[in-house]
Amino acid sequence: MTSPPGITFVGTHRIGGAILFAANLHLPAGQWTCLLGRSGVGKSTILRLILGLETGGEFTGSITTTDKSTLTDRISYMAQSDLLLPWLSVRDNVCIGARLRGEAPNLNRADHLLTQVGLAGVAGMKPGMLSGGMRQRAALARTLFEDRPIVLLDEPFSALDAGTRADMQELAVKVLTGRTVLLVTHDPAEATRLAHQIVIMSAQDARMWPVPDTPPIRAISDPLSMDCQTRLLSHLRMETA
Amino acid sequence: MRARDILFAVMVGLAGWQTVVYLTDAPHFILPSPWRVAQAAYNSRLVIAQNAWVTAVEVLLGLVLGAVLGFAAAIQLALSKTAERLILPILVFTQAVPVFALAPLLTLWFGYGMGSKIVMTVLIIFFPITSAFHDGLTRIDHGYRDLCVSMGARKYYVMRHVLIPNALPSLGSGLKLAAVYAPIGAVIGEWVGASKGLGYLMLLANGRAKIDLMFASLIVLACLTVALHLVVGRLADRMSQYASGSSS
Repeated sequence: MTSPPGITFVGTHRIGGAILFAANLHLPAGQWTCLLGRSGVGKSTILRLILGLETGGEFTGSITTTDKSTLTDRISYMAQSDLLLPWLSVRDNVCIGARLRGEAPNLNRADHLLTQVGLAGVAGMKPGMLSGGMRQRAALARTLFEDRPIVLLDEPFSALDAGTRADMQELAVKVLTGRTVLLVTHDPAEATRLAHQIVIMSAQDARMWPVPDTPPIRAISDPLSMDCQTRLLSHLRMETA
Repeated sequence: MRARDILFAVMVGLAGWQTVVYLTDAPHFILPSPWRVAQAAYNSRLVIAQNAWVTAVEVLLGLVLGAVLGFAAAIQLALSKTAERLILPILVFTQAVPVFALAPLLTLWFGYGMGSKIVMTVLIIFFPITSAFHDGLTRIDHGYRDLCVSMGARKYYVMRHVLIPNALPSLGSGLKLAAVYAPIGAVIGEWVGASKGLGYLMLLANGRAKIDLMFASLIVLACLTVALHLVVGRLADRMSQYASGSSS
């Protein structure tokens, strides 16, 4: 993996002429940034714009990196849905990126990553035989297989039960350390646990929110984290009201 | 469809048929009884078998050729937006022309042999297969498309590893429809101009007032269609199982 760049996102996104959001956002290199905000404010749109995907609107502005290189082939992506292909084995799902680029997949590496995410015993199984948590682990292994310095996560843990979600958060922090990560989430607790930097997005701007001084991953019972999470929740409720 | 259900349907059909014959007291050259048809089928078994073989070959070749062409056309349409925009309306328009109306022309072009019947069969099944498969290829969760883009996937490999497997159930539906339509195409061709096949035999029997033989040919044709539908149905089920990941 090449060294992770920081990303600066400055611009305005319009849908049918109306402004959806205007944002000035910096993602520090090698750190986790968690993006919060009410539904429909454009959090996932920012992620899609960085990925270079269709948004159904018009973006004016710039997305630049600290190393001045392009973002092409440097981003991997994980969505809320695991997006595993049901007809392929877990192992083949992990290395699907290589096949889709016409490259020979490194199956040993896929197996190594599956071991890393605790799925060594199910490499030959089909995704339909796995639990929701196991499927998200497989999706995480697929993200890791891409070995990109930037990782964009669009609510990847939101459909999991509380216990599995906490496990997945810990695993994600462990395996994605050293990459530039943008996590879109609705969960203040998740953001407080994982973020080096929290950004709250509204139609007008993207504002930084102070995080505890301790490094992620933060304990759920940590008083500073709990305080941050409570204040964050109150703020989000006020914004929604 | 299980064997027991088929047997039950056949028994009900035969009973209904016999009842109509009994109640109307129709002469055998108008509506022969099931027993009389069975006798005619046994007596003419060789002729029926020879003609059924010809029709079966026409249907199978037409089905395979139509399926291959439909498969290729759907992929081409899905790969190219321009092809989709230009060719899809033309395909729909061709469906407005009844195949029956084309039969004499096809016989003129491809002769009285199997060729014209195979072309007729291909024409009748090409659209259902193309349409169903194309629908499956283009109807995919946007998340998969986004994932492919983020991975730097190439069009050809997305088609091969994602779109085609995902569309197999739709292709199966198209093939099941085609299995029912294919014998229609072959028989229409045989009616218009042929010297072999079940359609030809039915016309011949009708012309000679051998209605029992005509019924026997018709029943053999129906059996052929049901058998084909069952085989293709099994194949379609396997394709769906593969796509859902539940195949062994």
